[in-house]
Amino acid sequence: MYTQALNTAETDDRGLEDAGKAAQFQARIDAEERIEPNDWMPAAYRKTLTRQISQHAHSEIVGMLPEGNWITRAPTLRRKAALLAKVQDECGHGLYLYAAAETLGSSREELVDAMLAGKAKYSSIFNYPTLTWADIGTIGWLVDGAAIMNQIPLCRCSYGPYARAMIRVCKEESFHQRQGYEIMVTLCRGSDEQKAMAQDALNRWWWPVLMMFGPPDATSQHSDTSTKWKIKRFSNDELRQKFVDATVPQAQYLGLTIPDPGMTQDAAGHWRYSEIDWTEFKQVLAGNGPCNRDRMAARRKAHDEGAWVREAAAAYAAKRAQRQTAQAAE
Amino acid sequence: MATPNTPLWEVFIRSRNGLAHKHVGSLHASDATMALQAARDIYTRRGEGLSIWIVPSAAITASDPAEKGMMFEPAESKIYRHPTFYEVPEEVGHM
Repeated sequence: MYTQALNTAETDDRGLEDAGKAAQFQARIDAEERIEPNDWMPAAYRKTLTRQISQHAHSEIVGMLPEGNWITRAPTLRRKAALLAKVQDECGHGLYLYAAAETLGSSREELVDAMLAGKAKYSSIFNYPTLTWADIGTIGWLVDGAAIMNQIPLCRCSYGPYARAMIRVCKEESFHQRQGYEIMVTLCRGSDEQKAMAQDALNRWWWPVLMMFGPPDATSQHSDTSTKWKIKRFSNDELRQKFVDATVPQAQYLGLTIPDPGMTQDAAGHWRYSEIDWTEFKQVLAGNGPCNRDRMAARRKAHDEGAWVREAAAAYAAKRAQRQTAQAAE
Repeated sequence: MATPNTPLWEVFIRSRNGLAHKHVGSLHASDATMALQAARDIYTRRGEGLSIWIVPSAAITASDPAEKGMMFEPAESKIYRHPTFYEVPEEVGHM
C-alpha cells in the first residue's frame, strides 16, 4: 500500500532488442492492452517493474514496524483490534506484491535477500519514528492517504499482475485511512493535551508525507519512460498537488494547522505549498533518516529468527514426500 | 547465505454458493496444508470465500501467448457458432 515515486525507470535500450517486437509491444501499450507475464517485453520494462514492485512490497513489510510499535499500547481494545488488522493487511499487501514481482522472473527469496542486504529500497516514510499515539492516527490519515493517491492510478498500470494486485490493495486501503482519521477526530475533540499531541504529530509528518510522492517533476529524469510504458499515469507533482488539495480541508475540519505558513490558495482553488526540503529526502534515502538502522536491524532479526521455521517446514514437507514415495513403491 | 526457495502455489476461491472457484493469486508454502492456511490468511481476511483450492504452480500447463493466433484460430473463423449468425423473421418474436 505504500508505493513511493523513488522508482526510476531503466534507460530505454530497445536499440539492442528486436525493433519489430519493441514496436509491437509499444503498440499494445498504446492500445491500453495489459501485458501478461509470458508476453514479450523489453528487458528494461521488466527490470523497471521488478524494481518498482519489489520496492513497493518491501515498503509494505517495513511499514508494519512503525505501527506495530503501538499495538501493545493502543488506548482501547477497539483501537488495538483495528491496528492489528491494519498491520495484518500491510503484510498481506506485501505478499500480493511479492507474488506480482515474481511473475517477472525473480524469486521472492532473491527480492527479500536484496532488501536485507541493503541493495533494495523501501519508502523513506518508514524511517521516521512513531513517538505518540497521535502518530498512528496521522499515519493512517496522511501516509495511507498519500499511498492511496499513488496507488489508484496503478490499478490501470500496463502490467497485468501489478494492476490486479493494486486493485486488491486499494479495496482494503480505505479502511486504513478512515481508522486513522477517526483517531485524529477523537484526539482533536479531546483535552487540550490530546489536541496538542495531534498537532505535534501533523507537524512532524507533513513534510515527510509530501516527499513520499518523489522528487519534483523538473528533476526526475526517468519518468518519461515509465509514462510511455503506462506504468506511471500522473507525474509526482500532479499527485502531490491532488493530495494537498484533498488534505487541507480535512485538517481544517480537525482544527489543526498545516505546518506551512507560506501556504496559499490560488484562484483555481489549489493549495500552493512552500518549497520542500529535498536535502532531508536525500539524506533519508541515503540511509541517514532517524530510524533507517533500526528498521533494517528489525527486518534482519525477524528474518534470522524465522530461519528455523522455514527449515522445519521444508524438512517436514521433504519427510512427507519421501514417505509417500516409499508407500507408493510398496 | 541465500534464503532457500519455498514452493509456489496458485490460489482459487469460490466466493459464493453457486459460483465457480476463481483464481485470486499465488503464495509460497512448504506443503499443501500450510498453503491452505496461508491462503485463508492472505486472501480471505474479509470473508471473501466459502471454499479454497490450492494447486502447485508447477502443475499448471499454460498455452503460449505468442502462439495465441494459431491456438484460437479455429474459433475465430466460425461465426456460425453464434446465435446472431441466423436470421429469424421479426414476426416470430424473441427466440
